[in-house]
Amino acid sequence: MFEASELNERNRRTESLVRLLFLTMTVLLIVPVVLILAVLVYKGGRVVSIPFLFTEPTNGMTAGGIFPALIGTVWLVSVALLVSVPIGVAAAVYLSEYAGDNWLTRLINLAIINLAGVPSIVHALFGVGAFVLFLGIGVSILAASLTLAIMTLPVVIVSTLEALRAVPQAFREACWNMGATRWQTIRRIVLPNAISGILTGIILEVSRTAGETAPIMFTGAAFFLPFLPQSVFDQTMAMSYHLFVISTQVPGVPEELPFGVALVLITMVLAMNALSIAFRMYLRGKKKW
Amino acid sequence: MERRAAAQEAYLDRLDRRDLPWLIDKLVQVLVFIGGISGILFVIGIFVFITREGIGFILTSFDVKEFFTSPFWRPTSRNPTYGALALMAGTASVTGLAMLVSVPFSLGAAIFIGEFATGKLRESLKVLVELLAAIPSVVWGFIGLSIMNPLIIRAFNVPVGLNVLNAGIILGLMAAPIMTTIAEDALKAVPDGYREAAEALGASRWQVIFKVVIPAAKNGLVAAVLLGVGRGFGETMAVLMASGHALNIPDSIFDSVRALTATIAAELGETAVGSDHYRALFTLGIFLFVITFIINLTADLVVRGIRNKR
Repeated sequence: MFEASELNERNRRTESLVRLLFLTMTVLLIVPVVLILAVLVYKGGRVVSIPFLFTEPTNGMTAGGIFPALIGTVWLVSVALLVSVPIGVAAAVYLSEYAGDNWLTRLINLAIINLAGVPSIVHALFGVGAFVLFLGIGVSILAASLTLAIMTLPVVIVSTLEALRAVPQAFREACWNMGATRWQTIRRIVLPNAISGILTGIILEVSRTAGETAPIMFTGAAFFLPFLPQSVFDQTMAMSYHLFVISTQVPGVPEELPFGVALVLITMVLAMNALSIAFRMYLRGKKKW
Repeated sequence: MERRAAAQEAYLDRLDRRDLPWLIDKLVQVLVFIGGISGILFVIGIFVFITREGIGFILTSFDVKEFFTSPFWRPTSRNPTYGALALMAGTASVTGLAMLVSVPFSLGAAIFIGEFATGKLRESLKVLVELLAAIPSVVWGFIGLSIMNPLIIRAFNVPVGLNVLNAGIILGLMAAPIMTTIAEDALKAVPDGYREAAEALGASRWQVIFKVVIPAAKNGLVAAVLLGVGRGFGETMAVLMASGHALNIPDSIFDSVRALTATIAAELGETAVGSDHYRALFTLGIFLFVITFIINLTADLVVRGIRNKR
């Protein structure tokens, strides 16, 4: 009675065929990218060295290292974080702890989706129009970082929101019942319990911010500037823009040099991302409730 | 009745403590609310500021018919023309090819990860896809320029490898991880009860997937594709570097093209603030903003559609 009928057999064959088909599609999606990355590592690896990281470009950017661009990216990311983290966390706290299920919440969600979906070059135009010209900040780290901060705001909001929502409602209720105000509850109970999740999101944002090019092209990135920035009102070189510049705008760059820059950039970005993912998995394993 | 209400009020009065913590609580509520609506303010801000820079052009030199029907984007010639048709064709051809390449594979990968893979394999694939999504667009552009370009020249024996094919593949690879992730979420949102019910009726695994899960997740899958289109449409650096950046209405995938986004990126640095050319670029920005807004809104409505039905 429980013997496999011909129909069962056929279904099983079809199923393994379908499975194989989808597996192939998955593999075909991933393998080319892995191969490309392997080429990047191979060609870039011959350029990257400690002196490459810590010297400045020379000979009209056809030789030398990437130190000013590296430091510039650190500046841009840090200033952007200073702006976007407080705003993003506040927005997430509002959405998780205060917002009701109404039109305003829907509108906020729609705005966040849009903020993430607007082309990066439109963010750049906004940065030029609002920060460089209207506020008169000029082409500077500050203008570029503000542009980056607004562009990556959705990353902070979405991940913080997830972290806050993972805190059980009972924790809040227990705290309210002790007579704590809403803010006391958020500060003493909700945020401490969500802090690691929030950090995960911030690391993810660092990775996003470091790789962006279009938003900083006209707001703060310099073509070539062999000095390190002294304040947020200076222009700066940046890794992502530097890669664009030496691979398209400068004649006579040796073929391998941009591979080195690309390798360093992608290592930075992927390392940050991997760190964020590892952190998230570690947290999931540790969760007590 | 009245006395009871009064007693209740007195009780509430005793509970009411307008002390310092209460004050701080109110203050925080206001601050957090401002943070909450900041997203809305920024979206409005983006629209206002790009319009502020572009409006001078729209009101004076802008010719709607020319913009949509002329392929000649010649902002620097003596008689400047601002036809965006070739730019739109460039964006459309590259995005179209990217979707053609990546939609089947992304949905296939999402089905494999969501419905077939289990345990460690599933987790590792998800992590891998997430990492692929993190590769910066300028690196993709560089890949198009330095790896795909010689490959295409050699494989198809064409003089230039920076063309629709190159940018389409690059853009497809870029959009695929995002589409895969969103599509997988959509599949995961289908209740297990659906699958169990179908299996209990004797359906085989692939019948469950094709006749039950995919129809139930249809809206989410459509939204995933829409967001992929939005991503391709708005991508700037990769398209700028891989498409060849030549003003052209493409006849074949081996033609170089120029995209809307790339045009802004390439030309804004060379224009004088307030000139017609500068304002025309902001007008392109307004156009891009409006289109992506519509794409995102549609995706949101499509997703909301399923949620309301359930």
